[in-house]
Amino acid sequence: MNGLRTARLGLARGGIELRQVLTYWPDLFQNTFLPLAQILVLFLMRGHHVPGTSFSLGSLTLPSVIGMGFAFGGVLGVVGLLSVDREDGTLLRAKATPDGMTAYVIGKITLSSVTVLMGLVITLVLGLVAFPGVRLTAPGLATLAWVAVLGLLATIPIGITLGSLIPNPRFIAVVLLPFGALTAISGIFYPITHLAGWLQGIGQLFPMYWLGLGMRAALLPPGLASVEIDGSWRLPLVFLALALWSVAGLAAAPAVLRRMARRESGSRVAARRERAMLRPT
Amino acid sequence: MRYGSTDVLHGIDFEIGTGEVVALLGPNGAGKTTTIEILEGFRARSAGQVSVLGSDPARGDERWRARLGVVLQSWRDHAKWRVRELLQHLGSYYARYATDEVPRPWDTAELIDLVGLTAQAGTRIGKLSGGQRRRLDVAIGIVGRPELLFLDEPTAGFDPRARREFHELVHRLADREQATVLLTTHDLAEAEKLADRVLILAGGRIIADGSPDELALRMSARAEVRWTVDGQRYVHPTGEATAFTRKLFAQYGESVVDLEVRRANLEDTYMALVQEYER
Repeated sequence: MNGLRTARLGLARGGIELRQVLTYWPDLFQNTFLPLAQILVLFLMRGHHVPGTSFSLGSLTLPSVIGMGFAFGGVLGVVGLLSVDREDGTLLRAKATPDGMTAYVIGKITLSSVTVLMGLVITLVLGLVAFPGVRLTAPGLATLAWVAVLGLLATIPIGITLGSLIPNPRFIAVVLLPFGALTAISGIFYPITHLAGWLQGIGQLFPMYWLGLGMRAALLPPGLASVEIDGSWRLPLVFLALALWSVAGLAAAPAVLRRMARRESGSRVAARRERAMLRPT
Repeated sequence: MRYGSTDVLHGIDFEIGTGEVVALLGPNGAGKTTTIEILEGFRARSAGQVSVLGSDPARGDERWRARLGVVLQSWRDHAKWRVRELLQHLGSYYARYATDEVPRPWDTAELIDLVGLTAQAGTRIGKLSGGQRRRLDVAIGIVGRPELLFLDEPTAGFDPRARREFHELVHRLADREQATVLLTTHDLAEAEKLADRVLILAGGRIIADGSPDELALRMSARAEVRWTVDGQRYVHPTGEATAFTRKLFAQYGESVVDLEVRRANLEDTYMALVQEYER
């Protein structure tokens, strides 16, 4: 009963912050710019073909980019929200409010889930219009739905964990760099089968590859599975890999977050503020 | 309480009764913030016993948390939210902790009016001035009608008028709501005005504990008599102000004008005590 009320407070919190994102143009720009820029870049790539086929590279990449959006929004987005809220005291405010931490986390999950799904819808709708190779069938929609749900479950807890571990927003760069490298080896912009075997191995350890693969399975004609590892969409493995990351993330995130929140106090927020003001910008 | 191998608080021993307004004073680094953060449950202590509203703050649950209000030194949070929106939202967390004696939360419009932000109710919080932001912080601190309110340097950066309005607000809270208030401040006139009781902390110890008057009395040797005779102004510090004044009149009679006897105020007392401690 009380859990339900706290969940409602969290949803209300997420709703208010979502409305702020949608009505504050810098935020709105930030949230829609990336999908739009991606579409534009892919549109310019439409003349290129997937090696060995006549299929447009743009159409192949579009679903991969949707998958990547989960990794970026769910991990980096949440890392950003969390570290900024920690620096400005929003998190401490939550801690000073009864049931505030739980509602805060539910609010952030709500906000980031909706913004990630918004990115998905924008990219998908524009993609369906601009790329004739991308299509949405009923079974494809079902695949899209479960990959999306697992995608949120697999990425947001990682975001919460990393966001709790980095000491301040300047450290987002430390997370961002490996992310760039990971994108390169996750078969997002080019088929993973064209990479060295050991790089394919590393790429397959992380959820970004599986999110891209799952989205390709959902949105591309079956024939294109030929450019994938084993010449197959390997959907059972997509499910397994994303489920494992979800379980690992859900197990780690609450403990790491609690540990971080326990250490928050007024003097820590004030000290961070002082350091931030001294730092040359 | 200890940082690494340095004890920062020792022998801090005090009790605060319901409805008391207590000011915690002391030089920077004396341990004020550490003390208040331990009481708020935001910081773990290395030794000693603490009980706040009947619970150990290190193990305080959400019900306990709902009875506290916290106003910290430098909030910058929720900059994108609007004043009414945030107060309404944070207030809703307290609704389930309402009791017959304490209706929670505070009505949003009434609270906004109380802290004088009615004109800013729809303003984005990031756009408030320093003083308005501080008043919002106080409003958030009391939105759950706390039985115990912590104020950490609440009026730092206030102009004189905002300061006076804030003092009136604290008086109202203490009188009408019977809230217990623990505040830290560097403004000794503020402590004298607001507090029923003053604790002076130096070097991690309590070096004085009493009402502002009691503390001043302890320093009564520092009373100052000022007077004018034949256009000449005199100042004389004395421990026996009454006897001295009597002698003064006996000697000069009617020609003594502009007589002032100034008892040591809290600032004098504070300076004397802290200097004594540091020596």
